[in-house]
Amino acid sequence: MEQLISLFVKAVFVENMALAFFLGMCTFLAISKKVQTAIGLGIAVVVVLAITTPVNNLIFNHLLREGALAWAGYPDVDLSFLGYISYIGVIAAIVQILEMFLDKFVPALYNALGVFLPLITVNCAIMGAALFMVERDYTFGESVVYGVGAGTGWALAITALAGIREKLKYSDVPAGLRGLGITFITVGLMSLGFMSFSGVQL
Amino acid sequence: MSATKQVLTKPIFANNPIALQILGICSALAVTSNLNTALVMALAVTVVTAFSNFFVSLVRNQIPGNIRIICQMTIIASLVIVVDQFLKAYAYEISKQLSVFVGLIITNCIVMGRAEAFAMKNPPVISFLDGIGNGLGYGAVLMFVGFIRELFGAGSLFGIEILAQVKDGGWYQANGLLLLPPSAFFIIGMFIWIIRSWKKDQVEEPEYVLAPNSKKEAV
Repeated sequence: MEQLISLFVKAVFVENMALAFFLGMCTFLAISKKVQTAIGLGIAVVVVLAITTPVNNLIFNHLLREGALAWAGYPDVDLSFLGYISYIGVIAAIVQILEMFLDKFVPALYNALGVFLPLITVNCAIMGAALFMVERDYTFGESVVYGVGAGTGWALAITALAGIREKLKYSDVPAGLRGLGITFITVGLMSLGFMSFSGVQL
Repeated sequence: MSATKQVLTKPIFANNPIALQILGICSALAVTSNLNTALVMALAVTVVTAFSNFFVSLVRNQIPGNIRIICQMTIIASLVIVVDQFLKAYAYEISKQLSVFVGLIITNCIVMGRAEAFAMKNPPVISFLDGIGNGLGYGAVLMFVGFIRELFGAGSLFGIEILAQVKDGGWYQANGLLLLPPSAFFIIGMFIWIIRSWKKDQVEEPEYVLAPNSKKEAV
C-alpha cells in the first residue's frame, strides 16, 4: 500500500507528465488560456488515463508480451512489436466509447468536456503513460495508480499554467515574444520549479 | 516548379511547425540534450511524416469521413513500427536513449496535423514533399536547440569535444542548466522571438492594449 502511495506522489509531482517529461505539450500550450477550460480538459485527461493505462496493461501482459499467448497454445510467440498499433487503437476506441457513454448517461459531464474528448486521442500524455507503463513493467494495480497519478499531475500543471496566463495577458510583453514565446518561457520557469521535487526520495 | 519548391522550403522558417503551428513540441524538448539523438529523431519524424502523407493522400478518396482519424492512425502507427524496428536493428544505443519517444512519433501532432491538413486534400507526390518540408522545419528547430544545449551544456558536438571542460583540465566551465529539461523551453522561446523579430507578420495581436497615459484634468 505504501509503495502505491509513493508511486502516486511520484507520478503527480516528481515525474510530472507535462513539466518533467513534456508530454501532451501541444494541447498544454494551445488550450491553457482560460482556467475554466483547462480544468475541463484536465478532468477529461484524468478519466481517460485512469481507464486506458490499466487496459493497455492487460493487453500487454496477456496478449503481446513474449510467452503471453501460452494459454492459447503459442508459448514462443512474441508480439511486442505490435505494441504501438494496439495501444493507439485501444486509446482511440476507449475515447470513442467514453464519448458515447457520457453522451447517453451523464450528459452534464459530456457537455462540460465538449470538444476536448476527441482531442485526447492525440494527446501524447496518454500514449506516453502506456509506453512508460510497459517500459517500467508495472503490475495491474500499479498501472491503475500510475494512470490516475499521471493524469492528476497533468491536470494540475495545465490549471496552474492557465492561472498564470490569465494574469499574464495584462502585461506588456515585447512584440516578438507575445503569445507563444512568453508562454514557453513561463512553462520553462514552472518546470524549473517542479525540478525541485526531483530531489525528493520516496 | 516554384510551387513545389515553396512546399518544401516554406515550413522551415515562414510556417515552422514548432514555432508557428504549435505542433510536435513534446519531442522537441525531450530529445535535444545532445545532437545525436536530435538528428536521429529529426530523420525519423521526417521519414514518417513524408510517407504517412504519401499513403494517406493515396487513399484519401476511399476513406469515409467519420472514421478517417483511425485510418490515419493505423497508417502512421505501422510506419512508426517500421522505423522503431529499424532503429533497434541498426542504432540500438540511440534507440535506447530515445526510449519512449520513438513510439510517441505516433501522437506527434506534426504527422497527424499534416495528414489532416494537407494530405487529405492534395495528390500524393506534393503531399510527400510537404511531409519532407515539415520534417525539415521540425529538424531545423531540433538541431538548433540540440546544438546550443550540447555545445554549452557539455562542451561537445556529436559527442566530440569542442570546448575543453574544467573538470578534464580545460578552460570551459560547462553550464549544467542547459542539460536539464527546462532550458529547452527557454531556448525555443528565444528562437520564436528571433524568428518573429525577423518576420514581423508572425507577431500575435495583444489581447489587451495598454491605454496611453492620460492627463488628470483640473477640477
